[in-house]
Formats: sequence, C-alpha cells, structure tokens
Amino acid sequence: MRGARHAGWAAAAAAGALAAAACGGGAAGPGPGVLSSSWGDPQNPLEPSNTNEVQGGKVLDMIFRGLKRYNPRTGAAENMLAERIETPDSRNFTITVKDGWTFSNGEAVTARSFVDAWNYGASLKNNQKNAYFFGYIQGYDKVHPETGAQTADTLSGLRVTGPRTFTVRLNQKFSTFPDTLGYVAFSPLPRAFFDHHTDWVKKPVGNGPYLVRSYTRGFQMSLRKWEGYPGADRARNNGVDLKVYTDTNTAYTDLLAGNLDLVDDVPAPQLKFVKADLDGRYINAPAGIIQTLAFPYYDPRWDKPGLEKVRTGLSMAINRDQITDTIFHRTRTPASDWTSPVLGTDGGFKAGLCGAACTYDPGRAKKLVQEGGGLPGGQVRITYNADTGSHREWVDALCNSINNALGNDKACVGNPVGTFADFRNQIGQHKMQGPFRAGWQMDYPLIQNFLQPLYYTNASSNDGKWSNKGFDKLIDRANAESDRVRAVRLFQQAEAVVRDNMAAIPLWYQNGSAGYTQRLSHVALNPFSVPVYNEIRVG
Amino acid sequence: MGRYVARRLLQMIPVFVGATLLIFLMVNVMGDPIAGLCGERSCDPATAAQLRREFGLDKPLWQQYATYMGNVFTGDFGTAFNGQKVTELMATAFPVTIRLTVVAILFEIVIGIVLGVVTGLRRGRPVDTGVLLLTLVVISVPTFVTGLLLQLLLGVQWDWIRPSVSPDATFGELIVPGLVLASVSLAYVTRLTRTTIAENKRSDYVRTALAKGLPRRRVITRHLLRNSLIPVVTFIGTDIGALMGGAIVTERIFNIHGVGYQLYQGILRHNTQTVVGFVTVLVLVFLVANLLVDLLYAVLDPRIRYA
Amino acid sequence: MPEQPPYEPEGAVAGTGMGGAMDLAASEASTLQRAPGGPVGTGPAGRPRSLWSDALRDLCRNPVFIISGLVILFLVVISIRPSLITSGNPLTCELSKALEGSQPGHPFGFDGQGCDVYTRTVYGARTSVTVGVCATLGVALLGSVLGGLAGFFGGGWDSILSRLTDVFFAIPVVLGGLVLLSVVTSNTVWPVVGFIVLLGWPQICRIARGSVISAKQHDYVQAARALGASNSRILLRHIAPNAVAPVIVVATIALGTYIALEATLSYLGVGLKPPSVSWGIDISAASPYIRNAPHALLWPAGALAITVLAFIMLGDAVRDALDPKLR
Repeated sequence: MRGARHAGWAAAAAAGALAAAACGGGAAGPGPGVLSSSWGDPQNPLEPSNTNEVQGGKVLDMIFRGLKRYNPRTGAAENMLAERIETPDSRNFTITVKDGWTFSNGEAVTARSFVDAWNYGASLKNNQKNAYFFGYIQGYDKVHPETGAQTADTLSGLRVTGPRTFTVRLNQKFSTFPDTLGYVAFSPLPRAFFDHHTDWVKKPVGNGPYLVRSYTRGFQMSLRKWEGYPGADRARNNGVDLKVYTDTNTAYTDLLAGNLDLVDDVPAPQLKFVKADLDGRYINAPAGIIQTLAFPYYDPRWDKPGLEKVRTGLSMAINRDQITDTIFHRTRTPASDWTSPVLGTDGGFKAGLCGAACTYDPGRAKKLVQEGGGLPGGQVRITYNADTGSHREWVDALCNSINNALGNDKACVGNPVGTFADFRNQIGQHKMQGPFRAGWQMDYPLIQNFLQPLYYTNASSNDGKWSNKGFDKLIDRANAESDRVRAVRLFQQAEAVVRDNMAAIPLWYQNGSAGYTQRLSHVALNPFSVPVYNEIRVG
Repeated sequence: MGRYVARRLLQMIPVFVGATLLIFLMVNVMGDPIAGLCGERSCDPATAAQLRREFGLDKPLWQQYATYMGNVFTGDFGTAFNGQKVTELMATAFPVTIRLTVVAILFEIVIGIVLGVVTGLRRGRPVDTGVLLLTLVVISVPTFVTGLLLQLLLGVQWDWIRPSVSPDATFGELIVPGLVLASVSLAYVTRLTRTTIAENKRSDYVRTALAKGLPRRRVITRHLLRNSLIPVVTFIGTDIGALMGGAIVTERIFNIHGVGYQLYQGILRHNTQTVVGFVTVLVLVFLVANLLVDLLYAVLDPRIRYA
Repeated sequence: MPEQPPYEPEGAVAGTGMGGAMDLAASEASTLQRAPGGPVGTGPAGRPRSLWSDALRDLCRNPVFIISGLVILFLVVISIRPSLITSGNPLTCELSKALEGSQPGHPFGFDGQGCDVYTRTVYGARTSVTVGVCATLGVALLGSVLGGLAGFFGGGWDSILSRLTDVFFAIPVVLGGLVLLSVVTSNTVWPVVGFIVLLGWPQICRIARGSVISAKQHDYVQAARALGASNSRILLRHIAPNAVAPVIVVATIALGTYIALEATLSYLGVGLKPPSVSWGIDISAASPYIRNAPHALLWPAGALAITVLAFIMLGDAVRDALDPKLR
C-alpha cells in the first residue's frame, strides 16, 4: 500500500495546514487606529457626478466636501466650503467659496474647481449618471439635449466672477436650490481629475478628511486620515479599510468572529438576535428612506376611476406594525405619510397625514376592495428584485397579510425578478402588471425631494407614470415660494393629493442599522444611513 | 501523437466558437444592461443612448459577437461598467480561484483515492458500506447547506477558522472552502475509485501477477492502482473546469473574490463583457483540461496509442 | 500501432461540465460504458431477457433497493395527495408565530413567515418530485433519441452532435441557470424543468450514443440487417432494448441530482418562485436563520437529502443489478 501511505502523509499535511491556518486566524490587523468596515463594490467609476448609490457615495462622503454639508445628526444643510450663497430672486445665485481649502494634493479649491466639475457632470459626452442634477441650471438643454448631439460644452448659467466667487442662473425659480448643494454630485474637482483622468479614477483625490491610500477594485479600499485637512470635522481615527462583501450575512458573520469592525447593514434575518450578539453595540437610526408600493398607471386595468378604493383597501390590508416588528425588528417604522421623519416637522414630515388609509383594518379593507370592483385580474402580483436587500421576506409577509385580510390565499403573490437590472428594465419598458416595490432614498433632506421626482408628471423617478394636474400645480407654486414655511405647507397640500388618490401605498420608513466591535466608540449613522466615519474612535 | 493533437485542436475551434456564441446569446437574453446603472430611477434617455452606443449595444447581435471575438483575439476583453478592464478583473480573480481549485483537487486526489482504494479492496465489509453511505449523504446534501453549516460551526461556534476569506485568499484560508467545493466531487472520486479497483481486482493481469508470486503490495500499487486510476484521472481532469465555474456558490458563502464572484456580479449587473470574457476563459480551460486528460491516457495505459 | 484501432477517448469520457450536481451520474456512466460490450452480451447468459429478469430478481433481494423504493413510493403518494398526511394549507401563514419551535399540531415549528414547516415540507415533495421526474423524462427522451440516432447512423450528424454536446458541457451549469432563469417571470416549475433539460440532455446523449454504438456491433444486429430488416426496426426492436440499461441507470441517479440542482438555483434566487412551495425555496429562505432557528432549515433540507439519497440509492441498486461484471 505504498500509494496509500503517501496519500496518508498528504492528508496529514493538509490537516496540519488547517491547524496552522486556524492558529494564525485573525492576525494581520489593519494597523493602530484603523478600522475595517463592510462595503459593496461601487457600480460606477467613483466620479462624484457618476455615483448614485450608497456604496460609492460612502467613499465620496469621506474624500470630498462640498459647498454645503448635511449635519450628520439633524440633516440640516449647513455651509461647508460655501462662505455665502445669496439670491435676490430665487433664480440667480452668487456663491462665495471659503478661503484656505485645498485638495489633498495641495491644489487650492477655487470657484473654478466647482464650475469645471459641474460642467463636466452635465455634459452628455461624459456619460455622467447624475447629470440631471444640473438640469435646473440654465443651458442644460444645450449640453445635455434629450436627443441629438450637444451644441455646447459648458452650462451658460455658470460664470466664474472671481477666484472664489461664481454665479448660477437657473432656468426656473427654485428657492431651496442652495440646500441641494450638499449632494455629492456638486463636489469640487481638482485639475488632476481632468488632466490625468484614468489615474484619478484608480486613486481618487479630493478635499475631504480622508485620503485614498490604495484601492483594489472589487476587494478593498484603504483610506487614511489626511493630516492636512483644513476643515473642522477632522478624522478622529487613523483610517478606514473598506472591505467588499457580496453577502451581508457573511459580513455580519465576520463581525461576530472579530474580523470586521463595522457592518453598516445588518441583514434582516439577524436582527432578532443582534442585541444579544453584539451586547448593545448596535445602532438603529432613522434614515431618509421610504418604501412604497407603486402602481402601473400606464396599464388601463390600474387606471380606472374608482380604483383608488382598491388601492386604499390594499393599503389597509397591510399590517405594517406586525411586519416591521417581526420581519424588520423595528428597523423600519410604519409609514403614515409619503416623506421621512428625518425631515423633521419643520422640514415637512407630518406623521398621520395618511390617516386611516394607512391603518390596518382587515374588515374595511375587504369592503373597499369590493366597492372598487375587486382586484384587477382577481390577483395582485407584487414585483420586486430578489438579488438585493431582504425584499423577499417582506413581500411574502405583505402578501400573507393581504391574503389573510381578504380571506383568499391567492389574492396576492410575490413576483420576484432575478436581477435589479432586469427589474429596472421592466419598469422602464412599462411592463409592470401590478404593484411593484418602490424604494426612495433621499438625495437631500428636503420635502421636495420626496415628492417631485416621484409623483410629478413625467418626473425622473415617476415609474408608475402617475399624473395629476392639481399635484403638479401645487409643486410649481411651492418651488417658486421663497418663504420656507409657506413652501413646506404647499408641498404638504400636494402630498394630500397623493393621499386622496393613493397614488402609491406608503409602507414604512427605513432606518439605518449598524453593528460594531468593542474596538470602536462614537459610532453613528447619518440620515443617509451611512456611518459618520470621521467621528469614530478606535481603541 | 502529433497528428492526434492537431486534430483535437482543430475540433476545439467549433466547440469554442459554439460555447462562446451560446453564452453570448444567453447573456443577451437577460436584456438591456443600461437600465440597472442609474439606481432606483430611470436613466435619462440621452445618457442611456450614449452609453449604449459606447458599449456597442446599439449594433445587431451578430455584429456585437463578431466585434467582441475579434477583440478577444487581440487580447482585449472589453471594459466592465465600473470602467475597469475585464483583463484586470481576470488578473485579480483567476489566481484566487486557481488556488481554490488546487485545494479542492488535492482533497479529491488525496482523500477520494485513499477512501476509494480502501473500500474497493474491502468490498462488502463494514468500512465499505459505511464510506459508501457517507458518500451518498455528501452527494445528497446541497453544497450551500454544507458550506453554511461548516462556516457556522468552524467559523463562528468553534472559532477554528475565519468565517470569510480575506482578499489575500492564502492557501490556509482556502482549506475549508476548498473542502466544501470538493465535497461532492470527492464523493464521486471515492465511488469511482472503489468501483474500478473492485472490478480490476478480479482481472486476469492481477491474478497473473499474484500467481507469479509478486508481493501483494507491489501488485496493488504497480498493477492494480495504475490501471484503475484511468477513469479517476479522467474525472478529475474534466472536473477542473467544472470546479472553477461551479465555485459561484462556495465563493459567495465564504466571500471569496474569485471567478465565481465576478461572474455573479456580472450577471446581476447584466455586464455582458465580464460574463462573456470569464466564460470564454473557462471554456478554454475546460477544453485544454480535456485534451490533457486524453493525452494522460497514453501515459497511464500503454495499450492506448494515438494515431 | 496499426493493429490498434484509433482510440476515441472523448467518446468514452462522460463530460462533467455540468458542475457538481450532475457529476455522479456521469462518473457512474463512465464505468458502465467501459465494460466491454456494454452491460449486455457478456457470456452466453447475456441474452436480453435473462439480463432483465436476473436484474429484477436481484433487485427484489436487495435491501437498499427495497428501502429506497419504499421511500420513493411514499414520496410519490404524498406528492399526489398531500392531504393524506397533513390537513394544513402551506400558503396560510401567521406572521405572529414566525420562527416559533415545535408545538402541538405543528411538529416542525414555524418558518420566518410563520408558515407551518411540516405542511410546507409535505407540500414541497410535490414540487421537487415534479421537477425531478419531468426533468429526467425530458432529458432522457431528448438525450437518448438524439444520442441513439447519432450512434446508429454515425457520420456527419454524429460529429456535429458530438461537438454540440461539448459546447453544452463547457458551460458551467449554475452559471447557465443564473443567466437564463434570472429573466423568467413565470412562477410554475416549467422554466426550471426546461432549463435542466436544455443543459442536461448532452449527458444522456453521450451515454445513449456510446451504448448504441456498442450494441450495433453485436452479431444479432448484423444478422437482422442481413435478413433485410429496416433501420427503424433494427433500432427499435434490437438495439434500443439492449442499449437502454445505462440510460436508465444514469437517469435514476440524475433525478436526485436534478432535485438538488433546483434547490441550489432557488438558493441563488433564480429557481422556483413563490407561491410555489418547494424545499429549495424554503431552504433558501431559512438559511439566514441557521444560527437562531435551525429547525426551519433542517426539516426541508433533511427531506431534500433523503429524497435525493433515495433516488441515488435506487440508481445505485439498479446499476449493480444491471452490471453483470460486478455481480
């Protein structure tokens, strides 16, 4: 049995290697004062005007500072690089940039840095996915026409008037425009971005509290504290290593095993035991995200008069309390309006605006659905994408709730779509035949951002093609209104129109959730559900 | 021999073209990749049209395929949607998966063949029945259940290993994932070895060798094992390609950023270039591995001559 | 060298590009095929009828066959009439009971949606057995017809088909599933069945081709041909009964692996879709709860494992009975 004996040796060697690996596990930490955090592979190149999802936004929030910054706790837009933003008429704005700011490569941040960046972002030829953020600026239709080639390279509404001042002219009145400037797409860019673009994308250079030390795409990004950062919100740790995970469950398992310091998305199935697992090192904080069910108004079956009764009935058949409790363990809050609590009452959030229509009442739900002529086609199929988030759990629970309320175990079924891309495709091609998942994460904490992009006629995210003249008129008036309180009131009137038609069923407000190891303290999430990295202390 | 290899290489061409065309068509069935790029909102039509033009998606399908294959022959596998060259992705992903596959194959060879020989020689004894049942159980439990269980027990409960693999993905870290990946094939190798050993044990040449008075050990290693290993080698050889492409589940559970991970991401994001590129390489690996296995036949079995 | 016929290894090597789930059948098949002359025709007793009756007698004495046969019979019965052993409705779920353990009337406890795990496990058998049986029938029919014709007629059609099977083997099966099934919106079992047939037929095709080629060379076929029998008669009356044994063996084993494959595809989110009740869906849904409520995972996983095991053991027993060399 010579062969077998050799094999035996090899097996022993393999066992030895296993033991060695076991003993060596957990070593090779990232270094003193540096924390590791879970991350997802950004979908697009890390250009500010090309990043429209949380994972890329997370990094840009660490390496960039814009004119405004949303307070990590209150969400209020506060001046960061902006010294002054002045307007006589809500349409022409004069912006002055603070002195003394530089990019981490030493280049000064000037008015030019902003204007060049915005022109780059708006220009059609650069394929920037956030280009529409510049759509309010005059001349956008020239640099980014809906069809055909662009006839200008720069926005005519932007003019540099001094080393630190520039003016912006909008194509319509937009009183809260300055408050949108905290969005990442409005970040300044250094010359290196334009002159050595390929190198820049491999290792971005910005003006935020962190520097990119190394970036291996698809694996990891190492960020280190920028010692020369001129702002007040300096990093309190030495750096952050962002590690890419495909499955949030794996990241959570790694956190429990001590191989990861911070997980900023605790998967729903782990929530029930998270407090015991982490001994209180767990955050559950409101974020500017609302989940709704949208309807395909392009489908005649869903656009009949009287169907608002069916939609309201469906809304009342959903036991939001129980689902947010059991499935989400209170990391979601039952929704009672169409905005988000992070706006605050002054910002336009109004708890209970939805009223009885968002309260679980199986008896009335059944009656309303019958009065409205029954479910179109006898069944609702809720379409969602199965590849991200824990959508399946709540859609199944939602359907069970509706089925139990209507007394029909086939009244509602989930209709998972394999990939997010395909889900968006089907929405874009108007293929939805029933309600579908619609999540909205705010770009900036303004009530306008929760209403106009979603319900205004032909707006960019009005996926169900809902259209209501009364609503549109109220939004126009609100945008032109320079008094903040009156503007908010007008937006809320518009929201009441959404309610009366039940244009979309509000489900719940989503919280950010995070878990962390004993090494960390002062961990917090901002209203965008992103950890406030610069405030975290290590050790 | 030379003519045989040349013929086989020629035969590989239609298979290669067919397989890449098939995957190209399949990926295209998934639909327009642009829609998924703009988050929870629709891309504005101008940008979407521009992106489509840039990635060549506005061309007819056959033309896309021709252009793509033309580029592949010059070493250009295209660009992923995050702006990274697919060849760069391959340079990071393949070393990891190759290490994982090596670990898996080692397990197959070492454990699989040893168990197979032991049970084959002791057919019908308790050890044989026990191992046989064990292999059936291993085959019956889906890989993702085995993987999740091992990760939970070894990684979390007993703290023997890291539950996930670091970006370095050293051999040490890949032992448990490799075992999970190999588990099913391991069971097959055991069964296959057992069957052929048991079969050949009664063959004339073994009887002759024993009758000649050769020591039993020599007969087993030089005569029996050598002949019995032919189908096993075949199996392991063809398994290489399957392991590399089939690691999607294992890589997902243990957060290994190899080929399976890139393919999974590519599919979720409808990233035609990544998926087709990686599969093209996998098809090549599969074809070359098959050819090498067939050539190995000649080494192991002197009766076989290639004309 | 001239005295050796040119060897065609790739014909004998059952490919394994299908990935883990389908390898067993392939590896078993390769041993089967290497038996010179196939399973029939070894020795004077190797006449077809006696082989089958021998096999049957063998099987009836084999405890493995009896046990696995009984398990399968039970599965088939509850697939047809699940109400025989459960009165519950798998689609009626009470969220307030989510993840609760075993209690009177609910022996297996509840899953994450508060559905009764016992009822769902019982109803899941129907889906799994349907997927397994339909996919196997499809694969066996398509594969043996194509393979049989290719093996019988040979020539250009044979080479094209051989290359075509190579093409399919070269594509990893899980990958193919992710790509093709990710766009499916139907919530019936047919897309999954269709997919398995699409990627599974080459395996049976090769085996059928190989055994038809070996059966073709037998004297009785030559005799029939000399007597002027038509091609279709030779193929159906003489070759098919003698070439079908390996196909049956591989198909039985493959049935189990197809059931496991469905579960894997469901784990990756592209298999069956609700409101289908399937073990794959339930295992996938329960896998995140593995730490805290393992019962929701273990019961369907156990049922799956036992079912797959039963089919593989059945195939094993049939193989042993049909392969005279191992008797």
